[in-house]
Amino acid sequence: MRVVAASPAALQAGLVPGMTLADARAQRPDLAIFDLDRAADAIWLGRIADGCARYTPMVALDGIDGLVLDISGCAHLFGGEAGLRADLIRRLHRLGMTVRTALADTPDAAHAQARYGENIAVMPVEALELPPEVMVALRRAGLKRIGDLTARPSAPLAARFGEAAIDRLARVTGERDIRISPRRPEPALAVERGFAEPIGHIPAMLAALAQLAEAAARQMQAVHRGGRRFEAQLFRTDGLMRDLRIETGLPTRDVPLLMRLFNERIATLHDPIDPGFGFDLVRLSVPWLEVLGPLQLSLESEVTAQDEVARLVDRLSTRLGPDRVRRFAPRDSHIPEQAMLAFPAIERCPESAWPVPEPGEPPLRPVHLFDPPQSIEVVAGIPDGPPRQFRWRRTLYEVTRAEGPERIGALWWRRADNQGLSRDYYRVEDRHGHRFWLFRHGIYGREAEKPLWYLHGLFA
Amino acid sequence: MHDSANKLAVLRARIGAIEGVMSLSEAALFALGHARLDTRLGGGLARGRLHELFAAGPGDQPSVTGFALMLAMRLGDGPLLWLRQDSGVRGGGGLYAPGLIALGCDPARIIEVRTPDEVTLLRAAGDAVRCQQLAAVLVEPWGAARAFDLTASRRLSIAAEKTGVTVLMLRNDADPGPSAAQTRWRIRAIPSRALEAEAPGVATIEIALIRHRGGIAAFHQRLEWDRDQYIFREPPLSGAVVPVPASGSFAADPARRRAG
Repeated sequence: MRVVAASPAALQAGLVPGMTLADARAQRPDLAIFDLDRAADAIWLGRIADGCARYTPMVALDGIDGLVLDISGCAHLFGGEAGLRADLIRRLHRLGMTVRTALADTPDAAHAQARYGENIAVMPVEALELPPEVMVALRRAGLKRIGDLTARPSAPLAARFGEAAIDRLARVTGERDIRISPRRPEPALAVERGFAEPIGHIPAMLAALAQLAEAAARQMQAVHRGGRRFEAQLFRTDGLMRDLRIETGLPTRDVPLLMRLFNERIATLHDPIDPGFGFDLVRLSVPWLEVLGPLQLSLESEVTAQDEVARLVDRLSTRLGPDRVRRFAPRDSHIPEQAMLAFPAIERCPESAWPVPEPGEPPLRPVHLFDPPQSIEVVAGIPDGPPRQFRWRRTLYEVTRAEGPERIGALWWRRADNQGLSRDYYRVEDRHGHRFWLFRHGIYGREAEKPLWYLHGLFA
Repeated sequence: MHDSANKLAVLRARIGAIEGVMSLSEAALFALGHARLDTRLGGGLARGRLHELFAAGPGDQPSVTGFALMLAMRLGDGPLLWLRQDSGVRGGGGLYAPGLIALGCDPARIIEVRTPDEVTLLRAAGDAVRCQQLAAVLVEPWGAARAFDLTASRRLSIAAEKTGVTVLMLRNDADPGPSAAQTRWRIRAIPSRALEAEAPGVATIEIALIRHRGGIAAFHQRLEWDRDQYIFREPPLSGAVVPVPASGSFAADPARRRAG
């Protein structure tokens, strides 16, 4: 086992990343050791990145241990670049984080300066982060500093060390600017409010949120727009952020409705909101806007039929989760369990017609379908004939009427081995009138020696 | 005597006004599309009320589903909210849209809501009943559903009376306990009329009225669902089937009448 990372105190004591754990322990018996957990690190970095959204919407992850913030046009809100940097360091320090920061004109330059020192000329060539063989070649040529490279014409360097080396050099020195793509897309509309004194009281926070919702509603009304998704971001003083998202089926800017949904959201959270030392910034953002006519508000008292059901769907989706409130759409597939699509009712429904059954035909498909099909034991008169008796959930059913088989082939063309068992479906009825949909998996003798039986559905 | 009866009626009307609830005579009835059944029910079932449908045995749950769907189709064309429980989906299978069409119900009308437990189910039902645009709310608790007690049923039925949304409770594996339901039925699957080559036929059930708040006596009736015309038909009697008792026998018994 080896040391992957060490704290500043440990580095001072002479420990370096890469040394074996036994050596490190021998040097400092009182060493605190933690297992490497990349997943947890990534989650933590993501949370810090979310918290940095208070400074700028343009926040991106930089590798596994860094963040890049594009603060163009934002710094003056925090007392200039230096003020912003100090504020960021102070907040992260409260979280127990040691940070190295750098301010530069391009993301790559900032990345290099934060890791290898602010002075580009004396920065080691490792800052270029090139493959090891190029590094060795550079060292052998006696080029140890970035300054050694910038002093030379680029064409011979490109010929010797490759085009990539020149590209990296231009990026590290800030000659080439490649913008970051933010972790979260910039919302169409965002309103926020900061507090001089952090608030830790949830109802007070909600009141502030309601005011923000009103401000957002006014802005949306002015341009005849509404939103379907709303996101409240609650920034804690210690630099972390908690977000609450709600969604509606139809575009809206109705403040009481939004607040009802936010309240519903808070009531159903698995982990309650922890204000910590309080929230000092609340932001409400609408990811994108949709057209919503100005008439909608004046007609509020007589809500249309569609609206009232949509409101109910919104409430239930917020409370239970969108996957639990669903509508059905047809899907063109002969495999029974794939013939139907259940999608969240809050989404826009695809308009498509269902096939119409033949008049006079009995129901050929069951009302209830089991997914996955239920395994049953069957006694059949002949191996490829209809079932006589079957046992399901420890009850024996005697089949009195049966129709079938309806043979449904497998999707063999989707499989690498072109295999797959066909199913022979039977509609059966037992002595008491219970009607079932059973199938034999595999054609007897051809596809399976001893085909298994399954119960797939129940008829009314 | 006449005077006190009059006073009583006035008082009842005033209490009704305070509660904001229509009396039954004002509530609209919907016909089931079966002449004898509708005559027995005095015109049909009441809209904007709570009706409870019990499965007679463990295997009769799909028949309850079928009957509830048939009633919902008789109720009108509006959207249907179907509240189910996760355990119900595991135990009884998920709703299958092609099967709904096979019974004549357009799946586009249905909004399915799955809840993790009974308490959330009843809470969602309470919200759904307040949405006037729904044609019906189908509530399907799984198992004994102890949370659905007299208070819960009373709450649901008052809300239903206010908005006029019909609530159908689909009960399986449950004994009829105290409840404020307008009617309670017990549903049982019965052998269908066989088609050619002994093939199973259309949905065939026996429904038994076990309680009616309007005082209609208990009776039972065998029904077959005609998907093409959206009506119930009487299945022809076959030799193996116990005949339906004459209609007058239960209704004539005054003791039963009061009990109902």
